[in-house]
Amino acid sequence: MFSFCVDPASLDGLAWMACYLTTGKHMAIYTSLFTVLLLLAITAPSALIFGFLGASSARSPFPPLSWIGKAYIAIVRGVPDIAFFLFFVIALDQLFEWIRHEIKCPDWEADIWQGNDFVVCDIAKLPLGNAPQWVHETYGFFLAVLTFAIVFGAFAANVLYGAMRAVPHNQLETAESYGMNRRQVFWRILVPQMWVFALPGLSNLWMVLIKATPLLFLLGVEDIVYWARELGGSKTARFTDYPHGDWRMWYFLALLIFYLLFTRVSEIVLDKLMLKLTHGQATLAGEAQRKAAA
Amino acid sequence: MSCWETIADYGLRSIGIGERVLPREGYTLCQQFTLIGSGMIWNIYFGVLALCSGFFLATAVALGKASTNPVLQKASAWFIFLFRGSPLFIQFFFAYFLFLTLKPISPFFNPFTSAWLGALIVLFLNTAAYSGEIFYGALQSVPKGDIEAADAYGMSGWSRFRRITWPTMLRLAWPAYTNEAIFLFHATTLVYFSGFPAWQQRGDALYYANFFADKTFNPFVPYPILAFYFIILTLLIISLFGLINRRLNRHLPQDVRGKMKLKLNVIR
Repeated sequence: MFSFCVDPASLDGLAWMACYLTTGKHMAIYTSLFTVLLLLAITAPSALIFGFLGASSARSPFPPLSWIGKAYIAIVRGVPDIAFFLFFVIALDQLFEWIRHEIKCPDWEADIWQGNDFVVCDIAKLPLGNAPQWVHETYGFFLAVLTFAIVFGAFAANVLYGAMRAVPHNQLETAESYGMNRRQVFWRILVPQMWVFALPGLSNLWMVLIKATPLLFLLGVEDIVYWARELGGSKTARFTDYPHGDWRMWYFLALLIFYLLFTRVSEIVLDKLMLKLTHGQATLAGEAQRKAAA
Repeated sequence: MSCWETIADYGLRSIGIGERVLPREGYTLCQQFTLIGSGMIWNIYFGVLALCSGFFLATAVALGKASTNPVLQKASAWFIFLFRGSPLFIQFFFAYFLFLTLKPISPFFNPFTSAWLGALIVLFLNTAAYSGEIFYGALQSVPKGDIEAADAYGMSGWSRFRRITWPTMLRLAWPAYTNEAIFLFHATTLVYFSGFPAWQQRGDALYYANFFADKTFNPFVPYPILAFYFIILTLLIISLFGLINRRLNRHLPQDVRGKMKLKLNVIR
């Protein structure tokens, strides 16, 4: 990257380090940091949508719908989330391929699960066998995002379900006595008020989501954990201009510090947000703010 | 081969007893149930040992964070932040490569690079930090009147802590601590996916579930089996902790005692 990096063997100390940390592969690990941020940016809102759907179906008056919602909330509690990650990535992939298979090759005779293989016709493969590399990578990332959204959607559903029940019941009754129907009460009274009750749970969820991002590695995405293992492994002078021993420990130390900083910053921001949201609310915290100001 | 033979061959496979070679064909339901169940031995081993040893460190850390000594206070707060603020997955990786780096220095570090000790230490520190924060919160909400009453009876120092502060702290923290125990058992599934090698394919339940999913390319059988085992484990933990909760609250009148109101959070 720098002009003095032409002959790394002649460098030492800081200059060597500066050149080493700006090689092409190191650029890949910096990009993968953005992959993590991108994942968070996409997953957080989509998990919230899944959560909102789950929570509103759990409190639906129609029993089968509320059973589905409650089961969705309950199931993730008893089972480790990593098992869900490993399960959904394959299951979703097979589901999509099977749907495409049913549509594109209706006259296919053979079974889909042949012994220990999952076989669909060639044009139903996802992504297609001749697709370029970036399509494969994007598809993998898409599956990972969807998996994260489903699993964390269940967590969010639990938080939102609790928040919906925390909204004072008088408020809903008042709305009904004004002649609003169920739908109006839900959208005009319940939903706007539930956020302040949901925020502590949601900020907790955000922290958990940050800490779950390294699991991307298990889903086959080339993320920071992948690159830290790649780059940290010992390199001999035959294969690289920058030979070094086993540095994986230091790479993972750097990741540890990255996550600690990220958590700390999130904590500060969320505290500020909570302070803003409780302002003027009829809760203990809001009351404390009012007294402090007076 | 009947199912009993499979159980005899693979029931204790995860700790190295029985058939050496993992199944190569068939992958029957019986094989999957037996092997994944045998893997649960490791999940229970990690969970129980980390929980029991972590409990004491957690109490110490909670007391440290609540103490007036600034050095102790800062050290405990940093310990808690370090382990609660970073992903367990990265902690496992870091610890594994740290032990790997230390290995050439002294043969003393040899066992640390294998999962049974290295991963156990990480889980121990991790759960100590999480439960330490729970206990600290409970310690802060011990009723002032209890301490004043103890003072009035002439208790102080160790006897006041042993008889009043500590039991009340446990009583307050117990529902949250039950939650932490459940999540700790879930976290044990990460061990064999984070650098620590499964020596001679002796792994935990998720390791075998993943093995079957890879071999049969059908995730719909092994993962539900794993889920089944974990749901049973979770129910066991809840009932066991419920019994302890009953003992903790045995001095209360029947109607107040009631059942433990488990505010079961889905997230740690």
